[in-house]
Amino acid sequence: MPTMTLDQVQKNQSARIEGFIGDDVVLQRLMEMGLLEDEVIEVIGFAPLGDPMEIRLRDYRLSLRRSEAARVRVAILP
Amino acid sequence: MIATPTPTVALVGNPNTGKTTLFNALASMNQRVGNYPGVTVETKKGRLKHCDTAIDIIDLPGTYSLAPRSPDEMLTVNLLLGHDTAEPAPDAVITILDASNLERNLYLMTQVIELGRPVVVALNMMDVALSQGLKIDVAKLSQRLGVPIVPIQANKGIGLDPLKAAVSQAILDHQPAAGPTFSEAFEREITRLREILTSSEPNYLLRRLLLDVGGHTEKTLTEKHGATLANAVASARQRLIASGQVLAGIEARVRYAWIRQAIAGCIERPAVRPVSMSDRLDRILTHRFWGTTIFLSVMFLLFVAIFQIASPAKWVLDLGRAQLAEWIVSALDPGPLRSLLIDGVIKGVGAVVVFLPQIMLLFAIIAFLEDCGYMARAAFLMDRLMARAGLNGKSFIPLLSSLACAVPGIMAARVIENTRDRLATILVAPLMSCSARLPVYSLLTVALLPAEAFGGLIHPLVMFCLYLLGLILAPLIALILKSTLLRGETPVFVMEMPLYKMPSFWTIWRRSWESGWMFLRRAGTFIFATMVLVWAALYFPTRDFEHRIAVIEVEMEGKENDEKKPYEEKINELQAEWKQQSILGQAGKWIEPVVRPLGWDWRIGVAALASFPAREVMVGTMGILFAQGEGDIEEDEYRNDMNSAIRDAHWPGEPDRKLFTIPVALSVMVFFALCCQCVSTLAAIRRETNSWGWPLFTFVYMTVLAYVGAFITYQVGSLF
Repeated sequence: MPTMTLDQVQKNQSARIEGFIGDDVVLQRLMEMGLLEDEVIEVIGFAPLGDPMEIRLRDYRLSLRRSEAARVRVAILP
Repeated sequence: MIATPTPTVALVGNPNTGKTTLFNALASMNQRVGNYPGVTVETKKGRLKHCDTAIDIIDLPGTYSLAPRSPDEMLTVNLLLGHDTAEPAPDAVITILDASNLERNLYLMTQVIELGRPVVVALNMMDVALSQGLKIDVAKLSQRLGVPIVPIQANKGIGLDPLKAAVSQAILDHQPAAGPTFSEAFEREITRLREILTSSEPNYLLRRLLLDVGGHTEKTLTEKHGATLANAVASARQRLIASGQVLAGIEARVRYAWIRQAIAGCIERPAVRPVSMSDRLDRILTHRFWGTTIFLSVMFLLFVAIFQIASPAKWVLDLGRAQLAEWIVSALDPGPLRSLLIDGVIKGVGAVVVFLPQIMLLFAIIAFLEDCGYMARAAFLMDRLMARAGLNGKSFIPLLSSLACAVPGIMAARVIENTRDRLATILVAPLMSCSARLPVYSLLTVALLPAEAFGGLIHPLVMFCLYLLGLILAPLIALILKSTLLRGETPVFVMEMPLYKMPSFWTIWRRSWESGWMFLRRAGTFIFATMVLVWAALYFPTRDFEHRIAVIEVEMEGKENDEKKPYEEKINELQAEWKQQSILGQAGKWIEPVVRPLGWDWRIGVAALASFPAREVMVGTMGILFAQGEGDIEEDEYRNDMNSAIRDAHWPGEPDRKLFTIPVALSVMVFFALCCQCVSTLAAIRRETNSWGWPLFTFVYMTVLAYVGAFITYQVGSLF
């Protein structure tokens, strides 16, 4: 299973969160919103200008910038 | 009987959970807005009744987490802890949760529990949860979480009585619940910190001190206790990190693990998530082509609506104003009182009221967009563009609205949660060319620029460039502000994309009405007072001008229409002379050396000074100073008179030197494009930032910008 960061996941793909890069307030906010290890997320799509992206997790939908998503390591699910 | 104080209950919850709807349904009486010094967000207070007992209810700003990084975010924590001296700690806290999104909503609840107040959960949107196939065992969940839970549907008013009963009971019982526990290693660090602190701080704040790097608690406590505490916090964090923990994740891991365990077996999920209406709508509304097209159409309609409503409203107001003025003229003799009423009071009130339709309409549209869930999509679509100016997607609507009028635009910046982004948006909003600049532009372009130039396109071309000036400078200044005065960590742009729902008429109406009323009360007085001050500066000293004008008016009365012209001219001349000798006129002569490098004479200087309340006043003042009287620039005859008066104007004492050359005209227009000659804008900034410093800053930076812009325009223009 290839490991990559969340911003590289394609539209309609699902992935499992493996870990995080760094330790700062951006991560704190992402984790508060429920992005944690082993959570399964689905990429719903990207804004027309390519950024931000929209994902589904824990019964809701979240939009985040790609620079923020790049802090999340994921494994693509088949 | 001894009067016991009315108990207070606070209402907290995530955004998009129906919190405001619940507040309005509960607090039907005595609603008022609470402002706190140093804080730009506001709270609403009201009162609810349950079985003859009154309970005060306070609505706190919607938030996902209580990890304060700014005074604004600290407000909720302070109020819940009872640290605000003006408010006692609430006797209970209602936490409203979105039943269709329990896990993330419960995160905030676990934090609220730790603040030590009894908690009652209002479980909203049960219908939405059901439609998604979620089945919640409320009794079991309540037992697991250790707090009473009342299922409600705030928009239909279902479950309010049981909720009130649960709140009353919670106040009586006064039983705080127990939340998640942190690891032993973490608690050891908290104990160590407690020993260093001389003051006793609540446990919650000690956790915040350790968890929030650069957070508000760290800032205030280390200010209080100095380097000893700062070092202790740093080494405590080091120890936690050395033990293999990611500091940013400690809290979220503990809380979400606790939540997952608590709700296990309380929620039944369908095997396959049904495709909802929101999913289908979003496929179109965030689509690369259709989404963008719909977005642009919606924004275009919004802009046209605000832009258009300004003119009929102004027309009705002018009509009323003229009627009132006529009535006052017939009832009162000339004198300071009559002049104050006509030129001070009526104009002052008019200047306030003229904004009302725009503000109410814009807020109705914003409430609609927010309530139905489209606002988040609009921010999603525009974020990339706004990020280039250091702002985020939510700044788009305030800035777009400012093209019609900065006042509703500044108020619309409330949709931006991040304090620094919101401030940056507010501070640059007045740079967008608003509709009040149009009279100034049109007076000078039509009078001074030959219509045939550039294939007859010179007027629209100049107009376009003036608009462009604001459109280029606003993001540029925002970028500068964000990297200097408003510098700080890049705000995290994580935004929930709420489900679409039918907007509620009452929510929209309420929001619209409230914003209008708030503008009238908070900004209105300030605008009105300034209008009266400027009137006084143009009126005094009166000498005998008023009397002389009145004499001519009486003489003119008996004459035929075609014989009136010389009298009118005489009146206009006297008016001009009077204004020149007024306080403001003298100030204008005094500042002439300052405006000389812009190519202006003292009269243009006075017109600029007098237009401090509003840019369009400049046209009227020019009319008086150039002895044409104060007429309606929309009327052809008056406009023609004004045009020739301006074209023929000479430098005082130099009959061969024309005053308004093209560089001078352009310099005046550039000045008015960039200055902040608008008391209403300043009043709105004062009101929205809850400070005098920011409106002052805005006025100063824009005036400097306008001066430099006008200077460059004139000096460069004079080279050709």
